[in-house]
Parts: sequence; C-alpha cells; structure tokens
Amino acid sequence: MEKWNDKGYNPPPSEGLGEALTAQEKKRYSRHLLLDKVGECGQEKLKAAKVLVIGAGGLGCPVLQYLAAAGVGTIGIIDFDVVDESNLQRQVLFSVSDIGTNKAIAAKNSLEQLNQYVNFNIYQEKLSTQNALTLFKQYDIIVDGTDNFSTRYLVNDACVKTAKPLVYGAIYKFEGQVTVFNYQNGPSYRCLFPEAPKAGSVPNCSEIGVIGVLPGLIGTQQANETIKLILGIGTPLSGKLVVHDALQASQFTVNIDRNEEQIMLAQQIDFDSFDYDYFCGLKQNQMEDEINAKELQELIKSETLQIIDVREEWEQPKVAALKAINIPLQTIPENLDKIDKDKKVVIFCQHGVRSLHAIDYLKQQGYNNLINLTGGIVTW
Amino acid sequence: MILKLKYFGMIAEAVGKENEEFECANSSVEELNIALKNKYAKLASMNYKIAVNQSFVEPTTLLKDNDEIALLPPFAGG
Repeated sequence: MEKWNDKGYNPPPSEGLGEALTAQEKKRYSRHLLLDKVGECGQEKLKAAKVLVIGAGGLGCPVLQYLAAAGVGTIGIIDFDVVDESNLQRQVLFSVSDIGTNKAIAAKNSLEQLNQYVNFNIYQEKLSTQNALTLFKQYDIIVDGTDNFSTRYLVNDACVKTAKPLVYGAIYKFEGQVTVFNYQNGPSYRCLFPEAPKAGSVPNCSEIGVIGVLPGLIGTQQANETIKLILGIGTPLSGKLVVHDALQASQFTVNIDRNEEQIMLAQQIDFDSFDYDYFCGLKQNQMEDEINAKELQELIKSETLQIIDVREEWEQPKVAALKAINIPLQTIPENLDKIDKDKKVVIFCQHGVRSLHAIDYLKQQGYNNLINLTGGIVTW
Repeated sequence: MILKLKYFGMIAEAVGKENEEFECANSSVEELNIALKNKYAKLASMNYKIAVNQSFVEPTTLLKDNDEIALLPPFAGG
C-alpha cells in the first residue's frame, strides 16, 4: 500500500501522476479545479487513479456514473450478467435497448457517452478465486457492488491479500450499509461479519425487492468515499459502518474494530482450493434432516449433539448410549428452553412419526438445527 | 434496568418493530441475546451482530441502564 499516504493517492511518477490535464480536461473539470481541496493536483490524482467496480448493478451503476463523471482515469467493470427489464427500475446507466446485453458492456457504452477521457476495462466474467488476485493487482481501489455473500467474502479476502482498500456497500429493501474496509490497517469485512450467514437466510434484491432509489443513495456514498480516498481529503469512512434508513432519512453509525485473527484468516486462505460457495453454505452444506440409526451411531462419535426422546417416560427401550433427554411430545411447548439452538439436535420417538410432529412444531419456533431419526428408536 | 433496542433489516421484520425499550435484570450482552431469542423465536436462525452504544463488545460485557443496543444483520443486496 506504498501508493497511499495521508495525502491520499500518491503513486510513483512512473505510473502517471503528474500527467498534466489537457485544456479540454481543465474545462470539463472546472468545478473541481475551483475547489481548494481538489484543484489541478487533485484532478491529476483522479486521472491517475485506477478503480475496479465489482458488479454493474444497483450499486455499481451510480458508483460508475459518478466516478466516470469525476474523471477517474481508469475504471474496471466486471459483471457476467445481462441487463434485464426488471433492472431498469434502479440501474440507471441502462436503457430499454440494453436489455439482453452484458452489463459491463452496456455500462461502458453508456459511460463513454458521459466521459470520453476515461479508460474503461471491461470483464464479462464472474469474479472467482482464479481471476481475482490478478485483476485486483491492476487497480488501486476496489468497490463492492455485488449481490451475494459468497462474492462479498471473496472480494474482501482478495483485497486483504493484495492490500487494496475496499469501498463496501450493501442494501436491503429500504436500508443500506456503507463503509471502507482494509484501508491503512483498518478492519475488513470479516472483522464485521466473521461468519457467513446460513444459505438462503438473507435474501437478495431479486427475491424480496428493493426501493429503486436506495442503491442510488448508497452507491453515491461509495463513490464519494472512493473519491475522498483518491484525493486524501476529509475522513475516510474506515472503522465505521454507516447504516442508512431511506424511510426515516436517518443514519446509524457503529464502530468496527480490526480483528487480527480475521485478517490473518483472509490472508491465509488458499485461493487454489477454497470454495466460497461452500463457505457460504450454497453447496452441500445443507443439513441432512433425516438420519438412520447407523449414521447416528457414527455421528455421536464425531460431534456433540443434543438428543431428545419425545416419547412418554414409560416407553421402552431406553438407549443409555444416546444420553437422550426425555421431553414427551405434548410437553415440548413448555420445555423450549431445554432445546439447544446452536448444536445439531436429533429427535426420536418409537417409530419416527411423533418426532416429525415435534420437528414441525420446533421449526415454527425458529429451530433449523433438527434431525429426525428415521424409523424411530426401534431401529437402533 | 431499561435497555433501548434498535433493530435493522430482517431483524426488524422478525421482531415486528424497529425500536423498543426492553426491561431486564442486570445482564451481559450474551444473556440479553438469549433473552431476546426466547422472546423472538425467529432470531434463533438469524445472523446478526450486537452493538452496545455504537460499538461491538465482548459477549460477557455487562450492560447498564439506558444502554443503546443495536442488532445488525449483514445485507446481501447490491
């Protein structure tokens, strides 16, 4: 990160800083040049800067629009997806004629109309452990506009490995989060959320909807943070998560501490073998909700489980090896406090029917860690 | 003591409100979390971080009267 100091972006002269603005550029950026905190020197920094935007969607569009307008000299756009009609409600770079076109291409076409002095590099591919490090090394700042956790963790870890600041934004319906990660010994995404959410537990915009202006509000804040980092002005939003509520027009700020263990973890992840979809529970990780007696015999050797017998107290056989606790089916509602929510809970009865009723009820109470012993204890 | 709770995103939907005053006996962050999970069963399967007075603290940290507690989930969307 030697290119960064407290005066912002300062690459060695060989990388282009100091390349004077042309007369046309001076005219174009005149409102920046009038500002003490930007001026010609600042505008040259913007011109020399290289920013990679991951995803040209709801967040990516406003980020790209403002970075291109501001004169960031090199902008990378990576997106494998194509423009869909339902994107036009918020993805403001696209028009009806772009439907079906790759988003990186459509964004570039639109942005070239806006600013001919910017170089756009487009990547019509999915960001992966195979291409992330090579790609990130070519840029100074990475902006996260992705829509899933698996890519968010990948982006974070690749930023940690390549020592690139990450301007983060994420949205949910009417609320959005913004911060800057991995900037001058600040925290990373893993320091905020060390554990990936369970697969399917946090929906994205395509599943639950989003108010169209929200990515605009959050994306422009990301663009602002990116420009501040390049210029070295103001206070970077590092170590603080801002949560914006579009309905209340309010902001909530919370401090994030750097966690060295999490940084180390990101650094040590081997991109040749690590599978982010697996890490985020999108593959295989789904818990089996049925188990037979033989599998249970193996499972109790390898894992700490809670085992619950939902039969009446008098029912036989009792299997001492299971160390089961007895909560007869009818008494489950008043015994919820005894049922573990964190570790796997195996539920059994005589033949495997009452245990299914118990599981149905407990699922409604928010349990998602339940396994039924198929066929009941008589199969033991 | 009385705690001022703030819920965000999916958490607010799960508990059906964005704010509430929560009365409890002296407790740690961890104990409060268990009390909340007992009150709102849906929280059990959800992922969130708890901030106390705008900072993330150790689960064993003891809470004080009037503390502002925020339950912050990760957002996926972009």
